[in-house]
Amino acid sequence: MSLEVVALIILTVISAATPLLFAALGELVTEKSGVLNLGVEGMMILGAVAAFAVAVTTGSSSLGVLVGALAGMAMAFVFGVLTLTLAANQVATGLALTIFGLGLSSLIGAGFVGIPVPALPKLAIPGVSDLPIIGPLIFGHDVLVYLSLAAVAGVAWFLKKSRRGMILRAVGESDISAHSIGYNVIAVRYGAVLFGGAMAGLGGAFLSLSYTPLWNEGMTAGRGWIALALVVFSSWRPWRLLAGAYLFGGVTIAQLYSQGAGGFGIPAQVMSMLPYLATILVLTIIAAGPWKGRLNAPACLGKPFRPST
Amino acid sequence: MMSGSEADLAARLEVRGITKRFPGVLANDRVDFTVAPGEIHALLGENGAGKSTLVKIIYGVLHPDEGSLHWNGEEVHVADPHSARALGVGMVFQHFSLFEAMTVLENVALGMDQPGDMATLAGRVREVSQAYGLPLDPERDVFTLSVGERQRIEIVRCLLQNPKLLIMDEPTSVLTPQEVERLFETLRKLASEGVSILYISHKLDEIKQLCGRATILRGGKVVGACDPKAETAKSMAQMMIGAELKTVTRRSGGALGKTRLEVEGLSLASEEVHGTDLKNISFAVKAGEILGIAGVAGNGQNELLTALSGERLAGQDSAVRIDGTVVGRRDAGARRRLGLCSVPEERNGHAAVPGMSLVENAILSGHHRMELVSSLFIRAAAAGRFAAEVVKAFDVRTPGTGAAAGSLSGGNLQKFVVGREILQNPKVLVVSQPTWGVDAGAAATIHQALADLATEGVAVLVVSQDLDELLAITDRLAVINVGVLSPAMVTREASVEEIGLLMGGVHGLDSSPAEEEAAHVA
Amino acid sequence: MSLKIEARPETPRSLLYATPLLAVALTVVSGFFIFLAMGYDPFLALYHFFISPLLSLYGWSELMVKAAPLIMIGVGLAVGFRANVWNIGAEGQLTIGAIAGGVVALAFWGDETWLTLPLMCVAGILGGMAYAAVPAFLKTRFGVNEILTSLMLTYVATLFLSTLVYGPLKDPLGFNFPQSRMFGDAALLPMILEGTRMHLGTVIALAIAVAGWVLMTFTIVGFQVRVLGQAPAAARFAGFSASRIVWFTLLLGGGLAGLAGTFEVAGPIGQLIPVISPGYGFTAIIVAFLGRLHPLGIILSGLLMALSYIGGEVAQVEVGLPQAVTGVFQGLLLFFLLASDFLVRYRIRRRAPAIQAARSAQAAEV
Repeated sequence: MSLEVVALIILTVISAATPLLFAALGELVTEKSGVLNLGVEGMMILGAVAAFAVAVTTGSSSLGVLVGALAGMAMAFVFGVLTLTLAANQVATGLALTIFGLGLSSLIGAGFVGIPVPALPKLAIPGVSDLPIIGPLIFGHDVLVYLSLAAVAGVAWFLKKSRRGMILRAVGESDISAHSIGYNVIAVRYGAVLFGGAMAGLGGAFLSLSYTPLWNEGMTAGRGWIALALVVFSSWRPWRLLAGAYLFGGVTIAQLYSQGAGGFGIPAQVMSMLPYLATILVLTIIAAGPWKGRLNAPACLGKPFRPST
Repeated sequence: MMSGSEADLAARLEVRGITKRFPGVLANDRVDFTVAPGEIHALLGENGAGKSTLVKIIYGVLHPDEGSLHWNGEEVHVADPHSARALGVGMVFQHFSLFEAMTVLENVALGMDQPGDMATLAGRVREVSQAYGLPLDPERDVFTLSVGERQRIEIVRCLLQNPKLLIMDEPTSVLTPQEVERLFETLRKLASEGVSILYISHKLDEIKQLCGRATILRGGKVVGACDPKAETAKSMAQMMIGAELKTVTRRSGGALGKTRLEVEGLSLASEEVHGTDLKNISFAVKAGEILGIAGVAGNGQNELLTALSGERLAGQDSAVRIDGTVVGRRDAGARRRLGLCSVPEERNGHAAVPGMSLVENAILSGHHRMELVSSLFIRAAAAGRFAAEVVKAFDVRTPGTGAAAGSLSGGNLQKFVVGREILQNPKVLVVSQPTWGVDAGAAATIHQALADLATEGVAVLVVSQDLDELLAITDRLAVINVGVLSPAMVTREASVEEIGLLMGGVHGLDSSPAEEEAAHVA
Repeated sequence: MSLKIEARPETPRSLLYATPLLAVALTVVSGFFIFLAMGYDPFLALYHFFISPLLSLYGWSELMVKAAPLIMIGVGLAVGFRANVWNIGAEGQLTIGAIAGGVVALAFWGDETWLTLPLMCVAGILGGMAYAAVPAFLKTRFGVNEILTSLMLTYVATLFLSTLVYGPLKDPLGFNFPQSRMFGDAALLPMILEGTRMHLGTVIALAIAVAGWVLMTFTIVGFQVRVLGQAPAAARFAGFSASRIVWFTLLLGGGLAGLAGTFEVAGPIGQLIPVISPGYGFTAIIVAFLGRLHPLGIILSGLLMALSYIGGEVAQVEVGLPQAVTGVFQGLLLFFLLASDFLVRYRIRRRAPAIQAARSAQAAEV
């Protein structure tokens, strides 16, 4: 394989991984605050359709990206009202979010099937971006790819170094303690949930505007759920999440390439099962392994909290 | 200890007419009292008297329905703990407000409103902890610390904010007698520096030792105030309880029968991430005997209880025997059928399902011995009769056996779960914290029932953190510390000092985080 | 006057069963505004969505045909949800059940006997069970979360079905369409109402709901399931084995979903095609919750959700409403239901104004 081909493969891996990275990073922050939002798939697909619809209608893909994030956030807000304000079951509400998101997205997207969309702006640095191999590999991506990487660094810093990040972790660790020393548990969790929604929306926007620049019903195809699995895989650590997302991007691309290469006689559908089977495998390895990945899980994950006053 | 005459100074804190209602409970009923500067003031009352609610109101965690707080003579509205801290109120919670998976330093910083940068804060933590004899390593993760060390975090966190009033909610329930002594020294030092201390407890001796004044709460109301040093423990107890104390009657010197429960070389790793492993535990309880297990909370009591009840299985079958039958590898149902009944410490969600009716809760542990199930189908009528029998025999206050367990008060639910096991005619009864949260009358009923069971030839094992309780009702006593059980001693011959040392264990006070800290600094 | 929210010490039954009706009412009201916003006549759209399917015998029979799988799967899932076992992969278990039943039907093709149909059902149940056994094994053995595993397996099952109908099971005389042969008559469920598609499976579905009610209400097995779901530590205290209950609920849910899958291919469809279910496995989650996880409530909620499918189809034909509206309605309904749960668990009380209370306190002292 020539260097150009390798570079091309890496490029596609990165772009397959980016939607997962966005969604999973948002969910990581949400879960760190003690909230389990299973509605990532729903937030993501609504972000995808909203971004696509706005980009096509206004001709501005940047505006599309913004609206995609806001759409994810709006869904997250609904989730927040139900689980945080009304203390509803987080698992059931997350499922409702996914069902609703899939329905609403196909309603909105009905008029947009098969329409092309303006491309996302690329980072273009004169001279450097034109360098062979290095150019496209390092400087040739959509702006969103760089944003996703910056977000990993930002979240890692926020959780480890900032006071707000420390409070967020504390809330996820013991809501009762945090409440009794005066932190507004519900407000902190709202913040984390909304961030998670915005990131899922961005992931969706990247999917419909860049990865496969077309709208298709149900186009997230379980990526929101894989993002949830990635958070477990990462043991709630942002840099490990980055590694996990790129690993899964690799699995996706490997499957596409082997199909392109005739699939070694294996039906295309069987190859398409790979990412889902890989998810199960990874979850099993994490759960069964000798390392104590679970030690790092937020102690209050998924437990409803209502302060008494 | 009090500087100047009380009348000269505006009270540091005055509580006026505080009332707080919870569904079905009047937790505080027009409570009034004052705390002077530099005073160590006791708030005395039984479990459920409303002490914790009151101090949470002072600290801004809860809001009063009526009444007002006055700070140095001025009325204040304490909206939340931040504003309480801004006034100069610090609080050490009974159930610590700590974050297990985070470091000591992070925990301290979280409890402060202006912690500054972390490196400087670490230095201040070391300074303060040294100045007050509260050794702490700021970099350690909280889950690696003993309960006493955890309490130090809470105290240091308060001290760093130069409090004018320090609230201590039942601070000694988790400490060994020696740790208690150290804590008192710290508190006296603080008081001499002018800090007011509001000390919440139901332990009369401690209050006599430490406090200059006491306000006594019962059923949410102030029922008296006194100078503890001028009172006897008994006179204060009567104010607190409001009735003559009953003593348990035992047919003393009853002959003991054969060994009914025997535990030999029981070792079991805890399932909890931050739990305590059981290490080579051996003991035996004979028919007609009550064996007590004392110890500070979190030293393996819950692990021992689940290993005995069968909720967790031992490595070897021979580790546990009931009437000579090896059961170490047999589950809870099998052990119940052989006659071992148990009462775990936690009522809600462990001993009982809060959302289920008393009838269903009677089935929960009663179906093995009371024939409440026949070929997969529940015998509803029989279960109803059994539940009604428990309610009647133990005077459980409930609208009926159809009421949800969670709707009962703590004391009534405790009576129900203890009664449910006792009425199953066990051969061995293992019970943890039998009188936790019940009033004195009910405690006496439960103690009497345990004594009667022993008289009838049942082997009774009582695990409790209340040493007074164990001294009153047990024949022999052993102490558990970091998962190791001491040899049992005859209760009548045991001294509190000896028990206290055992409770501190080999890993007690002088395993010195101070030394580790010194090493760390070096 | 201020309001105070407090937890109810006990759940009032009346509210528990009234709130689903409130949720349905709120969904219809939102539907009104959604239709209005989309530029449809809201009265007409609502009429075709909720009323006109119920005006004919055929409509009712279709309702039963669609409700049957929802009820069967919903009952199975509800038992699991009661135990806090979150099997959300019923769609996959249904698909595998359909494949297993279908393979039996095709194996007997041309030589069907009276045994064919019962064998198909057994194969469907076993197929669904085997598929649900994967998350059960991974959860009880390694502690892997069943939500993610059961869901991932759904995608795999759908792909597997498509592999089969595009490959080995493709009808040799089917002009290369991705579908199997039509099953023989003896491999099809008997119809119970002439001129409709109402098959024997609809009656079986109702019987299963009743059996589920007996299981959950009167047996120690149902009791164990409920205790585990409400208080896992209490279940252990009582000597109930959590992993046995997890296995039981997953196998039950998988088996019923598998049987529902077989009924679909042996009933309304009559062959294997790439898409067997319009999301019954997911909709059944809503059915279970809307029916308050109570098997008899699930009969009602199953009928209602079946109406949302048929209403969607009718409204599409009559007023050109996109089919996706069905999904939106289903999601909204679940939202409203979860929100109305707040009323079941908490009560809102008026708090007397502080001044007045202080006065009355003074008066009491005087």
